[in-house]
Amino acid sequence: MADLSVNTPATRLLDGPSGKRKRARFTPKRIMIYGALLLVSFYYLLPLWVMVMTSLKGMPEVRMGNIFAPPVEITFEPWVKAWAQACTGLNCDGLSRGFWNSVQITVPSVVLSIIIASVNGYALVNWRFKGSEIFFTILIFGAFIPYQVMIYPIVIILRELGLMGSVWGLVMVHTIFGMPILTLLFRNYFASLPEELFKAARVDGAGFWRIFLKVLVPMSLPIFTVAVILQLTGIWNDFLFGVIYTKPATYPMTVQLNNIVNSVQGVKEYNVNMAATLLTGIVPLTVYLISGKLFVRGIASGAVKG
Amino acid sequence: MTALPDPDRGAVRAKAAPARRPSRLLHNPMSKVAAMPMIATALVIFVGCSLWTVVHSFTDSKLLPRLNFVGFEQYERLWSSSRWITSVENIAIYGVTALVLSLVLGFLFAALLDQRIRAEGIFRTIILYPYALSFIVTGLVWQWVLNPDFGIQNVVRDLGFASFSFDPLNNPDTVMIALLMAGLWQGTGLVTVIMLAGLRGVDEDIWKATRVDGIPAWKTYLFVVVPILRPVFVTATVLIATGIVKLYDLVVALTNGGPGSATQMPALYVYDAMFAKQNLAQGFAASTIMLLAVLVLLIPWSIHEFGGKKRG
Amino acid sequence: MLDTVPPVSSALDDISVSIRDLELAFGSVKVLKDLNIDIHKGEFLVLLGASGCGKSTLLNCIAGLLEPTGGQIFIEGQNVTWAEPSERGIGMVFQSYALYPQMSVKSNLSFGLKNAKLPKDQIEKRVARAAEILHLGPLLDRKPGALSGGQRQRVAIGRALVRDVDVFLFDEPLSNLDAKLRAELRVELKRLHQSLANTMIYVTHDQVEAMTLADRIAIMKGGVIQQLAAPLEIYNTPANLYVAGFIGAPPMNFIQGALRGTDFEGIINVPMQGYGFSAAPKDGAVVFGIRPEHVLVNDAAASCAVQTRVVVDVVEPMGADTLLWCTLGGDEFRIRLDGQTPIRQGDTITVGIDPARASLFDKETEIRL
Repeated sequence: MADLSVNTPATRLLDGPSGKRKRARFTPKRIMIYGALLLVSFYYLLPLWVMVMTSLKGMPEVRMGNIFAPPVEITFEPWVKAWAQACTGLNCDGLSRGFWNSVQITVPSVVLSIIIASVNGYALVNWRFKGSEIFFTILIFGAFIPYQVMIYPIVIILRELGLMGSVWGLVMVHTIFGMPILTLLFRNYFASLPEELFKAARVDGAGFWRIFLKVLVPMSLPIFTVAVILQLTGIWNDFLFGVIYTKPATYPMTVQLNNIVNSVQGVKEYNVNMAATLLTGIVPLTVYLISGKLFVRGIASGAVKG
Repeated sequence: MTALPDPDRGAVRAKAAPARRPSRLLHNPMSKVAAMPMIATALVIFVGCSLWTVVHSFTDSKLLPRLNFVGFEQYERLWSSSRWITSVENIAIYGVTALVLSLVLGFLFAALLDQRIRAEGIFRTIILYPYALSFIVTGLVWQWVLNPDFGIQNVVRDLGFASFSFDPLNNPDTVMIALLMAGLWQGTGLVTVIMLAGLRGVDEDIWKATRVDGIPAWKTYLFVVVPILRPVFVTATVLIATGIVKLYDLVVALTNGGPGSATQMPALYVYDAMFAKQNLAQGFAASTIMLLAVLVLLIPWSIHEFGGKKRG
Repeated sequence: MLDTVPPVSSALDDISVSIRDLELAFGSVKVLKDLNIDIHKGEFLVLLGASGCGKSTLLNCIAGLLEPTGGQIFIEGQNVTWAEPSERGIGMVFQSYALYPQMSVKSNLSFGLKNAKLPKDQIEKRVARAAEILHLGPLLDRKPGALSGGQRQRVAIGRALVRDVDVFLFDEPLSNLDAKLRAELRVELKRLHQSLANTMIYVTHDQVEAMTLADRIAIMKGGVIQQLAAPLEIYNTPANLYVAGFIGAPPMNFIQGALRGTDFEGIINVPMQGYGFSAAPKDGAVVFGIRPEHVLVNDAAASCAVQTRVVVDVVEPMGADTLLWCTLGGDEFRIRLDGQTPIRQGDTITVGIDPARASLFDKETEIRL
C-alpha cells in the first residue's frame, strides 16, 4: 500500500507538455461570439443613436440627410422647443408641463406604494393571521388580470371619491397596481431574513412597528432601493392609466409626448419629436444607468422567484 | 453564589400575565391594520371590479353602465365584429411570434453573455436599456427609424440600391414585422437577464462533468442546460404572455392600429368601445374575453407552480 | 464541578419553570404531547434530541414565541402561558446569534432595555456589567459584522444577561461555531452558569454539550420526553432502547435474544448477575445492550464470566482511543479500546462482558428492565 516513492519530488521535467499552455488569443469561436454580440449591440444601440443625432439637427438637415449621419451643424434648438414650445392641441407650452405632472404623480406614488407594500410584506411574513395568505394569493393573481377588465369600474370609484382627473387619483391607481409585485418583493425579502432576528426583537420587547422600523428597515436598504427603481421607471413609463384617469392639464409626460408626436396637425418636426422622446426617456434611462445591477435585480426578483 | 452585584434585579420583567386569552380578532391587531390596503385591493379592485365588469358585459350599457341584462348579446356582437376578429388574429400572430422569438433570442443572448466575455457588463447594459424606456418612447423611435422617407429604406436607397423597399409601417402585410422589431427591441433584454440569472445558477460541476465526458458546449446547452432551466422558461413565458395580452401602448405609439386594421389589438378595441364609441358593454365583453384568455394561460401555470408542493 | 442533581422532591417555590400538560399541534400534527417538566431554580437543563424531536419547539413555547394549543407554563410562580415574550422574565440566545446587524454591540445590548423604557443610567449600568462579565468592553462600539463568531455569541449572551432575568433560554447556541471554539465557549458557559446561578434551559443535538453542561438532561423524541435525569444516570441506565442508542458514540451494541430466569440467551449467553433489574425479571424476548467502551478484550476479558471470540473487520485508530468494528452473529459489534492497542485488522480476539454494566430492554415495549 504505502509506496514511498510517490512522495519523492521529481528532480527533472520529462519531454512533452509542461507548465502553462500557450493559447491563441482569438480562436475562431471567440471571434464568432464577439461578432454576434457586436451585431446585437448595433441593433440595440441604433435607435438611441438615431434619436440623439436627429434631435441635434436642424429641420433642413433632417429633410435632406441620412438619419444615421451625425449632424453637420449641432443645434439645441429642437430640445428647447420640445421642452418649452411644442404644441399639444391648443397648449403650446411644451413637454415641461408633462414633465412636472409626471414628477407630481411619480414621487407620491413611489413613496406611498413602497410604504404600504413593505409594511404589508412584513406583516405577511412575521405576523400572519388567519386568511392573510388567501388575500395575498388573490393579490398575486390580480397582477395577471388585464387592466382593461378593471379600468372602467375604477373610473366610477375615482369619480365617487372626487379624484377622477386629478393627480391624486392616478397616485391611488399606481399604488394599487404596484401592490402585487412590491408586496411579493418585500415578502420574499423579509422571509429570507433569519427568523431568529425577529424572535430576538420580540424577546427584547419590541412591538410591531419598532421591530419593523428599528430592526428590519435598517437592514433592508437594498430591497427598498430595488423597489424605488422598479416603481420609478414603471410609473414614469405608464401611459394607459395616465390617458384614462387624468385630464389634459394633468397628463403625464408619456401621454403628452404621444400627443405631440402623433398629432395629425401641422408640419412634422422630426427633430423636435426626437428631442421630446429623448426627454421623456431620460429619467428612467438615468435611473437604469445609475442603478445598474440593482435594476437587474429588481426586475429579476419580481420575475424569477414565485 | 452571585459573582457580581446586580442592580435592580428583574426590572424588565413584567406585569402579571393577562388573565384571559386575547380574542382572535384582536390578536396582533397591527398586522391587520397593515394588511388593510392589501385586503381592500384584493377584494375591491381585483375581485370586485373584475366581477363588476363581467356582470356588466351581459347588459346593454352604452354611455353609462346600467343593469339591463341582454344575455350573450354583447358577445355575439363582439364575435361578429370583423375588427375584433382581426384583433384576436393579430394578437395571436404577434403573440406566438414574439413569444418564440424572445425566448429563443433571450436564451441565445444569455448563452453568448455566459461565455466569460470581456466587458460583459457593457453588453448586458446595451441589451437591457430599452427595457427601461416606455412603450411610447419605443414606438416613437421605431416609427422614426422605419420612416420610409428618412429611415432605413431611404438610407439604403441612397447607398445605391434604388429599388430597395422596406416600408413595414405602411404595408398591412409586413406591419407586424415593425411591431416585432420594436417589441423585441424593448423586451428581449428582460428575458436575457432572467435567462442569464438562470444560467449562472446552473451547478458549475455540471459543466465540469460534461467537459470530462467530452460533450460539445452546444449539446450541453440544448440537452442539459435547457431542461434544467425549464422553470425559468416557464416563468419567462408567463411574463411575456401576460405582457402580450395587455399590449396597448406600443401599438398606440407605433401604428395606432394601422395601416387599416392590420395592427388592431384587443386592448385597443376595449379602449375604443369604452371611451370613444360610448359602447361600454361591448368593451366589457371584450375585456372579459381578455380575462378568460389570461386565465387559460394562468391556470396551468399556477397548477404547475403551486400545485405540487405548498411553498412558504 | 457542581453538586449534581437538585433534590427531586422540593417545595414549589424551588421551581423556576414549570411546564404542565403542554401540547402544541400544527393542524393535525402534534409536535408536543402532554409535556410535564419542573425545572429547579439555578438548574441547567438540557433538552436533547435529534432534529424534529420538538426540543426547539418546546423552548419557543417557553419563550412565548409559539403559542401552545394546550397546557400551562409557569415561570417563577407566574402563569405566563399567554404572556408576551418580553414579559416572561426570560432572556434568549439563538443559534444564528440574531444580533441586529445595523446596531453597535452597545445598542444591541441596550435595545431591550430601551423598549422597557428603563432610565438611561440604569441601562448604562447594566450594559457595563454585562460587558465586564463577558469581556465585551473593547467591542462595545463595533457592529456585529466586525466581530468573530465567538464574540458574536458572547454579545448574544450579553443581550440575555442585561435583561437581568431568572431564566436563560439557549437555542443551539454553539452549533454555528467550529469545533475548537465550541469547546472553549462550552467551558465559558459552564463558568457563567456557576457564577450567575440562573436557571438555564439549553437546546442542543450535541450529546457532548448535553453531558458536559447539564444538571439534568431531557431526551426528547416525537414531542415526548423519553428520559429526564442527570447525565451519568442517562448514560449508565438509559430508560429505553431509543435513549440507549442515542447517547454514546459509537452507539451501544444491541444483541437480540430472550430472557430466561435471570439469564440472557442469544448469540451469546449472559447470566445477568449483578444487573439491577428494575422489577422482577419475566421471561420473554429482550434486547441486550452493552456500550463499546464497556467491552473488555483479550487479557482484560480473562476474568469475565462471559466470553466469546470475534474477528476484527476494521480498525479505526483515533489517537486517544481505537475503535474496532467486528461482527457478532451477523450484526455489527463495536469495541472501543485504548489508543495504543496492538490489535490489527483480521485478528481474532477474545471479548468479555460484565453484566453489571450492561442494559436489558423489553423487545416489545423497548423499556429498560
